[in-house]
Parts: sequence; C-alpha cells; structure tokens
Amino acid sequence: MEKINVTMTVNGKEETLSAEPRTLLVHALREHLDYTGAHIGCSSSHCGACTIDMNGKSVKSCTVFAPQAEGAEILTVEGIGSPDRLHAIQEMFKEHHGLQCGYCTPGMIMRSYRFLQENPNPTEEEVRFGISGNLCRCTGYQNIVKSIMAAASKIRDEANVEKKEIA
Amino acid sequence: MDDVKTPSREERKSALSGLGTSRKRVEDARFTQGKGNYVDDIKLKGMLFGDFVRSPVAHARVKNIDTSAALALPGVHAVLTAADLEPLGLHWMPTLAGDKQMVLADGKVLFQGQEVAFVVGDDRYAVADGVSLVEVEYEELAVVTDPFKAELKDAPILREDIADQKEGAHGARRHPNHIFTWEAGEKEETNKVLEEAEVVADEMVYYHRTHPCPLETCGCVASMDKVNGKLTVWGTFQAPHAVRTVASLISSIPEHNIRIISPDIGGGFGNKVGVYPGYVCSIVASIVTGVPIKWVEDRMDNLMATAFARDYWMHGKISATKEGKITGLWCHTTADHGAFDACADPTKFPAGFMNICTGSYDIPVAYLAVDGVYTNKAPGGVAYRCSFRVTEASYFIERMIEVLAQKLGMDSAELRSKNFIKKEQFPYTSALGWEYDSGDYHQAWEKAMKSVNYKQLREDQAKQLQLFKDGKSRKLIGIGLSHFTEIVGAGPVKNCDILGLGMFDACEIRIHPTGSAIARLGTISQGQGHATTFAQILASEIGIPASDITLEEGDTDTAPYGLGTYGSRSTPVAGAATAMAGRKIRAKAQMIAAYLLEVHDDDLEWDVDRFSVKGAPEKFKTMKEIAFASYNQAIPGVEPGLEAVSYYDPPNMTYPNGAYVVVMEIDVDTGVSDIKQVYALDDCGTRINPMIIEGQVHGGLTEALAISMGQEIAYDEQGNVMTGTLMDFFIPTAWETPNYETDYTETPSPHHPIGAKGVGESPNVGGVSAFSNAVHDAFKPFGLTQAHMPHDHWRVWKIAKDLGLHS
Repeated sequence: MEKINVTMTVNGKEETLSAEPRTLLVHALREHLDYTGAHIGCSSSHCGACTIDMNGKSVKSCTVFAPQAEGAEILTVEGIGSPDRLHAIQEMFKEHHGLQCGYCTPGMIMRSYRFLQENPNPTEEEVRFGISGNLCRCTGYQNIVKSIMAAASKIRDEANVEKKEIA
Repeated sequence: MDDVKTPSREERKSALSGLGTSRKRVEDARFTQGKGNYVDDIKLKGMLFGDFVRSPVAHARVKNIDTSAALALPGVHAVLTAADLEPLGLHWMPTLAGDKQMVLADGKVLFQGQEVAFVVGDDRYAVADGVSLVEVEYEELAVVTDPFKAELKDAPILREDIADQKEGAHGARRHPNHIFTWEAGEKEETNKVLEEAEVVADEMVYYHRTHPCPLETCGCVASMDKVNGKLTVWGTFQAPHAVRTVASLISSIPEHNIRIISPDIGGGFGNKVGVYPGYVCSIVASIVTGVPIKWVEDRMDNLMATAFARDYWMHGKISATKEGKITGLWCHTTADHGAFDACADPTKFPAGFMNICTGSYDIPVAYLAVDGVYTNKAPGGVAYRCSFRVTEASYFIERMIEVLAQKLGMDSAELRSKNFIKKEQFPYTSALGWEYDSGDYHQAWEKAMKSVNYKQLREDQAKQLQLFKDGKSRKLIGIGLSHFTEIVGAGPVKNCDILGLGMFDACEIRIHPTGSAIARLGTISQGQGHATTFAQILASEIGIPASDITLEEGDTDTAPYGLGTYGSRSTPVAGAATAMAGRKIRAKAQMIAAYLLEVHDDDLEWDVDRFSVKGAPEKFKTMKEIAFASYNQAIPGVEPGLEAVSYYDPPNMTYPNGAYVVVMEIDVDTGVSDIKQVYALDDCGTRINPMIIEGQVHGGLTEALAISMGQEIAYDEQGNVMTGTLMDFFIPTAWETPNYETDYTETPSPHHPIGAKGVGESPNVGGVSAFSNAVHDAFKPFGLTQAHMPHDHWRVWKIAKDLGLHS
C-alpha cells in the first residue's frame, strides 16, 4: 500500500512520519515515533489504555487513523511532566497507590488530565463517570479515584497560589 | 557536636522502611511517565511480526491449507503450518498438565480460534493482509460443548490422537473424551454418613467459564542469534525459568543457550502461566528467518484462545445434625477442560487444590471426585487470581453452607460460626488431607459481624422485604456472607512440581561495598509491586534501607531459578527465600563485626541495622561499615564480599483466610443490582506493606464482582464464542465499581520465616462467594436455592420471573 507523509505536533515537537493511510494513530505514535506510553489493550475503543490528548480532547488512539491527526496537537503521557517535575496527576497516582501493573496508567492519567480541565472541582461520582471509558484490571479504581481527587485539589491549590502571586 | 543527634532505635528502624510500612512503590516513577517496558514496547533491528490464521469453526477436519496467495504478498515473508513444524517435532507441544496440544492444526481443529497457520511479515498490517489470504478448507464435524454429553456413547471423538489410550497422565480413562478421574477422601464412609444423616442438602453448583483477561494480552519477541547460537525470548511470562526449561526440552536447544526475559507485565492473573502456540511459532519463525519475531495477541485472540478459567460443575451433598453440626461433605465435579488439558496445576493435582473444598469448617469426613472431560472449547483451566482451583472450591463450600442453612432454617452466619475450625485445633488436618497452618476464624468472623452490624443489616433487610410484600417497593436486599480459607504458596517439593520442576523459589543477594544492595528472585511481578515489598523484607532482615536495595526479577540469565508468580506463591515461597538469604548475609556480617570489634561472635547482638556488643551498645558496627569491611579487610577464615543465595523449599502451604460481607439492593423488575456495601476482612498473616495489601484487596474484589455479576466466556451450541470482545465480556468500569471497606486480623504462619501468607488472590476467592450469596440471599424468602453465575441483569431478572415475582 502507498505510504503518505503525516505531520503532527507531539508533546510540543513537530513530527513527520511516512506510513500507510490505514495506520492507526496508536501505531504511528508507538512504532513510528517511539512514544510507547500509550498502550494497546483491545483495539476496539473499550479499554482506554491508548488514550491521548488530541487537539484538546481525550481520544482513544487505537481507533483514529494517523492521517486524521494531520496537523493535530497531540499530547501523550510522556509530555505532561518531566522526571524532575512530575505533573500533579502523576505525583498523586504515586502517592495514593493509583496503579499496579501500570498498563492502564498512561491512558488513565491522560484521561484525568483532560477531565480535570473540563471539571476542575469534581465530585467523586463525576470522577468515576469521567474515567468510565478507561478500564483497569488491578486497582478496583478506588485508589485511582482518590488519586484524581487529590490531584484536582493540588492543581486548584497551585492555581490559587499563582493567582495570589500575580495579585 | 551537639547538633549530631544519635538516632534512636525507633528512628533507625523507621529509616529502613521495612516490614509493616506502607512504603510508596518504586515501580511507579516509570509507569506514571510512560516509561514502562512491556513486551510490545520492544523493538529490535530487523524485527518482523507474526500472527495466526485461526479456525472459524469449533470442530472440523482441515482438508487443505493454501498459503500461495498470502506468500505472494510483498510484505509477507513466511507462512508456517503444522507440516512445516512436523519435521522439527514442534507441531504438538506438551501442556503443563501432562497432555499435549497442537501448536498448529494437525489435520483437524478442535475449538473456535484454534491456531491453524502462522503468517510472518513486515508489520502488523502486512501480516493481517497475509492472514486474510490463507485459504483453509474445513470439513465440519459434530460439536460437543456440553461436558455432560462428552461421554455419551455416540459423542463425536475429539482427540483422535489419543482415542485408544486407556491411560492418561492422571490414570484410567473410561471414554475417548474422558481425561481423568481424581479422588480424595473417604468415599464409603462419607456415603454412610450421608445416608444416616438427620439433614442433607443436595445441590449442583456451577462455576462458569471465564477468563483472566489482563489489560495487556499475551505476547513475545523471539530472537535467535545464529552467530552465538543463543535464543532470547522476551515474553509475558509469569514463570520465565520454567519457560526456559520447557523451551529447551521441546526445541533441543541447550538450556544455557536460551535466555528468557519477562519485562514489565501488564497484569497476569494466571493468563500468562502457560506456554502458548504463539511462543513456539515465534521461536521457530525467528530460527527460519534469522531475524527477531514479535507476536502479540489481540483482545479477541486472548479471550478465545489463551487460558480460560473455571468451568466446574460441582455436585455437592452436605450433611448435618438438626442443630447444625456438619457431619459430612460429598462432591462430584465435572470439569470442562476444553480441547486439550492445559491446566496449570502442580503435576500431582489434576484438579488443583479442589480438595480444599471443606473450607473453613471442621468437617469430620468428606469425599471428592473430579472427572475431567474434553469439549470443543479453548484449552486452559488456569488459576485466575487464585491458587489452583481454590475459588471453585471456596465457592462450592460457601454455596453449600448457604443451601444447608436454608434447609435447617438457620441463619448462615450462625451455621458458619458453629462449624468453624477452632483456633486451638491448628495445625488442623482436614478430611481431604491438608494441614492448615494457622487461623482464628471465630475472631475474624466476630469482628466482621460487628463491623457491618449484622443484626441491623438483617432487620433492614426484613423491613425492605415487608415493603416488597406489601407492594410498596419493587426492591429486595441481599446480604452475602463468605468465610474462605485459601491454600497458597505452592509448594513443598515433596508434593508440588510442574513438569517435574520442584516448586521452590529463590533469592540471591549481593551487598555492595558502600552498603547498598541488589537482590534477584525467581518470581516476576505483574503489578504486585515486588520491587517495593521484597526490598522491605530484606530491609528488616539486613538493616539496609529498602530504598538502597535494587530488586530484579525475570531474566533467566541473571536471576536464580524459581517457579514464578501465580497461585499467591511469591510471598510464601520467594518471600521466605528472601528472608532466609538475608539471614545468611546477617550471619556472615556477624562474623565480620566480631572481627572488627575484637569480640566473640556470641558476644554480639543484632540491633535493627547493626551488631552491637551485648551489654555495651555503644560498641557496634553498622551494616554499612560491615559491608565495606567485607570488601577491604583480610579477615582470617572469612571470604571477601557479602553475598548469599537461598533456595527455599517451603515445609507447607500457607492458608490465608478472611470474612467478607456484601450488601446489595436488587430491582426485581430489571434485575439490576446496586451494591451498597462491601466489607472485606483478610488475615494474610504478617503484613508486609498495608498500602499494597489494601490495593490488592480492592483489585481482587473488583475481579470477583466482575466474575460473579456478569463476566463469562460463553459458547453457543456450535461452539462459537459469544463473548470474544470487551463489548460482551464484562469488565467493570469505575462507574459500576463500589468503594470497599477493608479490615484485617493477623495470624502469622508458624512455618514461614516472617509469618506472611500471601494476599493477592484472597479477595477474589472470598469475593465471588460473597457477591453470589448476596444475590441468592435476596431471593431466599421466595424459595430460591441455587441460581448459576454470572448474575447479570438478565439472569437476575429471570430468577425473579421464574419465582413468579413479576406481575
């Protein structure tokens, strides 16, 4: 099959790959561009292990073709923090034992990342509904929910500090 | 110098983050940053991909396989069929249960999804194109999906390869579709007790077929280095060392030339114990093509072909006096093993530890027989988040207790309490032959009943029942109880082996000159957090902070031999090896300290992180000092360095136990259940890391919720898998999953070096019974005695309908 070039911005960096038009975004990210954070658990949009952020929305990258991401802003779990400065969500997942085998974690964190921007002050019930597109087989979700609630609170606190500093 | 405060004993202890600490996990840094290293993340130079052509039908002769169109595709490099594997003797492979299994269809297929041909190509897409172009001609045969019809006189013979064999790996076979009969206990005596009993409850309890379904499917990358003659396989292996030995035995590649590496594993739950055709085909394809081959199942392959769990039809009879003292237990199980007996059980136990089915109760006499049969379903029979067949056993006895209580007109909490093995009876030998190590069931039960306010729960339930009867509500409340006893930590080499490999485990420790350390184990974490918890065991044993101990598992070239991680064996066996290796380190450290302090060994005592002179605690040498001395001092009679290895053969299994309560509200008209409360009290002996224990319990309960309330591998009569995707195969989301209350009692195992029993699987074992018993309990007032799982909305609605509760 003829290959085409696809250009997208991944974690702030412009990336171009040459792939068959039928290439799935998750394969483009993992195999062509070496961003292996997003995982594949079902290839059918059920499990959410491949969740990334695309143009400001949570997307299951196993059911998006790479060419559909032409020109898109992609954010993966590799791009939201750094080893020296983890994102609050990453930090709180560590703090509250929000992960076990780690396979769902990148998707879970990326969904939480977007969800907390959609709803910065959620109830526990809203968190549970908000992440219901992401499956976890290990944790029973209780500590994931706890992690996200704690991250929400941390992000709000940080925002308040910034506001005060500006004032 | 006043500002340099000598740390107190407690401060020194706390600096170790040893046993009993809720230490944060060291694994999480990489997992939260997308830097885990799972099989599918491995990318080698020149690597090709492989995938299977699978059978669309459940039973057929394979008349012809035409690979020419697939091979004509530019991206396809090879297509393997049984004919290609036969000259290598690899078209069949041994199973862990003493049977053999086709690697690729050899003349016929026996289940839907069976591996027929292996296509190798440039990438997943080229391979998928190739798979679709392989033409297979099938001649369909009659299908057997009902295990009770497998042994009928005119049943189609599934395994023609062994049709004439009257003896299998586990004794006599009475029909070509019969695999084994396995018995335990006293048959005649049990029958006599049942005949003479005042009360007998008789029930068929079915534990349906389901699947471990870890979020990461099975897969591997096989790389044959022809220059050095070395085969390396990275794979989702729960037992890497056993895989190496099996690979050597079946391939004739010398074992030292095989390196098996289990990298990060995305959940196992028993799915990744067995050896699958994908591994064999990847290895052969790498040998044939000379380049690395990656094979990763998709979800449908995983659910259809690798490692189902359960599928036990358990017919039980339990007898008691009118006062509720249990006098005997009888069980006959029909075990549906699918097309090949690929159960992952210790060799001498073809039905696993099903003979733990007397549960937590002091039952004087019992008899168990299990008949395994072949059907046109996928092979497997793995221990899905439990020790071998222990959830089946636990579910059976916990249902039988409920059915008996109903017959006696007695509250089942009281019936349990009346029959628990008493604290003073431990070590307790059960009627079916196990020696329970320790427990205090009454204490646990009383704590549970008090914590949930059992009496109040029953009163609330009665009120709701009255509202329902008065036509004021369409909802019922069910209270599900369970008390389970597991048998984990396989196991003593004297009676536990897999393919002749004794089920010991091992730990090797090396202390570095500056006082930090590396430890390697024969197990492999799949999310349990071994790198965190085993370092804690060591920290307490050798006085080096857990944060200064690196832990490695899963590479057979570097780790000591062990049988891997499943059946909750890591803590009971490898955890014990870790403590014992630590004690060897300490023994040598004591000699070094004695030399340095110029005293006799016996004049020293261990004090958290140091040896100090008895009666003169100001004279001491810390482990850090001792470690350095071991590298720079010539000590007479003592070898340099500080290393130890322990191969631990456990004297007995461990017996974790617990008391669970589930409260749910059921809508009679829709069958929808609303879980109101889940209380789980676990006794896993000594607690290594309470945070991780709690996490394990949450996860195991959620798998129990899934299994009992909706998850199944279902087949239609033609042998088509009805639940091959996550659309049909139930995995609860955060939305359906309740919050859990966890609790504990602590009865250390008397034979384990640190008293730990293992916990990862307890919540599944105890949870399934508790959820299922809650459903049964809701409908008990209307005469329901047994309704088979899973209790999905439709089945619960059907219970209500059949009981005449719909107008």
